[in-house]
Amino acid sequence: MRRSALQNVGLAFAVALMVSPAILFFLWMLSLSLKFEVDNAAYPPILIPERFAWKNYVGVFESNRFGLFFMNSLIVTGAATALALAIGVPAGYGIARMKATKAAVVILIARMTPGLSYLIPLFLLFQWLGLMGTLVPQIITHLVITVPIVIWVMIGAFETTPMELEEAAVIDGANRWQVFRHVALPIARPGITVAFILAVIFSWNNFVFGVVLAGRETRTLPVAVYNMLSFEQLSWGPLAAAALIVTAPVLILTVLAQRQIVAGLTAGAVKGG
Amino acid sequence: MTILVEQQPALIADANAAPPARDIARVSYWPFVLPAIVVVGSVIVFPWAFTLWMSLHEWRIGGAHSFVGLQNYLRLGTDPRFAEAAWHTLLYTALAVVAPLLLGTLAALIFNQRFPLRGLMRGVFVMPMMATPVAIALVWTMMFHPQLGVLNYLLSLVGIGPQAWVFHPASVIPSLVLVETWQWTPLVMLIVLGGLAAIPLEPYESAEIDGAGAFQKFRYITLPMIAPFLMVAVIIRTIDALKSFDIIYAITQGGPGTASETINLYLYSVAFAYYDVGYGSAIAVVFFALIIVLSLLLLYLRQRSKWADIGVGV
Repeated sequence: MRRSALQNVGLAFAVALMVSPAILFFLWMLSLSLKFEVDNAAYPPILIPERFAWKNYVGVFESNRFGLFFMNSLIVTGAATALALAIGVPAGYGIARMKATKAAVVILIARMTPGLSYLIPLFLLFQWLGLMGTLVPQIITHLVITVPIVIWVMIGAFETTPMELEEAAVIDGANRWQVFRHVALPIARPGITVAFILAVIFSWNNFVFGVVLAGRETRTLPVAVYNMLSFEQLSWGPLAAAALIVTAPVLILTVLAQRQIVAGLTAGAVKGG
Repeated sequence: MTILVEQQPALIADANAAPPARDIARVSYWPFVLPAIVVVGSVIVFPWAFTLWMSLHEWRIGGAHSFVGLQNYLRLGTDPRFAEAAWHTLLYTALAVVAPLLLGTLAALIFNQRFPLRGLMRGVFVMPMMATPVAIALVWTMMFHPQLGVLNYLLSLVGIGPQAWVFHPASVIPSLVLVETWQWTPLVMLIVLGGLAAIPLEPYESAEIDGAGAFQKFRYITLPMIAPFLMVAVIIRTIDALKSFDIIYAITQGGPGTASETINLYLYSVAFAYYDVGYGSAIAVVFFALIIVLSLLLLYLRQRSKWADIGVGV
């Protein structure tokens, strides 16, 4: 079916309308972060200021605490993702090959459970173990997010890899581990990429675990930005700059890897049809 | 944490299927699953059980604890703040399901067309749901500002007077739903887009021969075909909206007063501001039960739906 010129214009208009809330929001975020306080308090609001307040960004980077919070985020997300891949990829393989889909119901219920309800018992446990004040409690609770994501994506990935190759390897004398390591794993690499990206994003973005478990020295970036909000209610420029710096890695990853992310997010719904 | 339920229909379909009788093959895969069982057991299953146990105790952080039976649950029944929080949660959820559902379906119909830069546009459209919630909440807070916020300026351009947004009890929940809708419409779009991609061309071709109009094609072909996907979207949105925390906490902390306090925020206050973890656990158990019951209800409606055998395989 070919569209008429008029239909094309209508479609372009509709697409523009659909993406404008996202584009305008992030543009406005950028604008806030690059304006001096005078311009941020101006009425009517200014979208593109005459002078850019680069100092808002410089201020965030120069604050000695920012480096610490960035490292905290990096360690928590890195460790929680690495552990989840180490545990979840073999588990996804095992569940897919055993066709033990009922086991996945546990993961489904985990998905329904509010994050806060994990925190009450884990908080007490970490206190009892004397782990508060370190990053360990946050790494462990982030596993609540990353492990189910990885297992879920990997079950789907291994279900679609062909069994014939694995059977051939078994006939050639390979044991289960060798089959997994040298046959199944390389084929499932795209699935691992998807699991990795999603685990990183959702761990990086997590706020609720940090707000309960983080102390002064163990804050991750989302918690640090939130604390800035309560102390610097009125200096919008530096706040917006900090917010943009925190979420920029995720936004860049989203645009670069949009194909993998969309595939990961919709795999189930599409697969069922 | 958004991706997990999307696969729910396939999973439930599989769960209903007869179990494969290959027990010998099963055994050899256990070592692959064992580490995950240990981890899931200790960070997911153990907290469930421990929460249930704690909910039967009078228990404060830093204090002693004693068994009180169902007393925490009885207290819930007479707690007016809990009742209010429950009402806020249901209102918030209803709005935060319907609005993204309508807009997401519309967006999916548009993204189902072919046009240049479609991949990039889809990436941009998906950005709100991937962005760090606290970071975007912070910018929305600035945009909601009654005097300096850009939203009231935009309203003034079309001749609407300034609003109090999140700063007034009457408008705070709709304003928060606006943020939630902005954030999560893309997820509905992706799910419905998956449904649209699975529709064969033949029904449309025969409908065209029969002289059906665009609206009739949508009403009698597209809508029934994507209905199961819409239901999946409703279930996921319901679960996520019930659990919503970051946006509400970062923008209003449940305020003004308690006007936007949902069960999840009340749970946070009880457990981590008042350190009453016994009562907090009881709230968590009831909250969890509410989520499960609502999800099962929606699943039941979905199973019953006459469209259920099309599309997602149940």
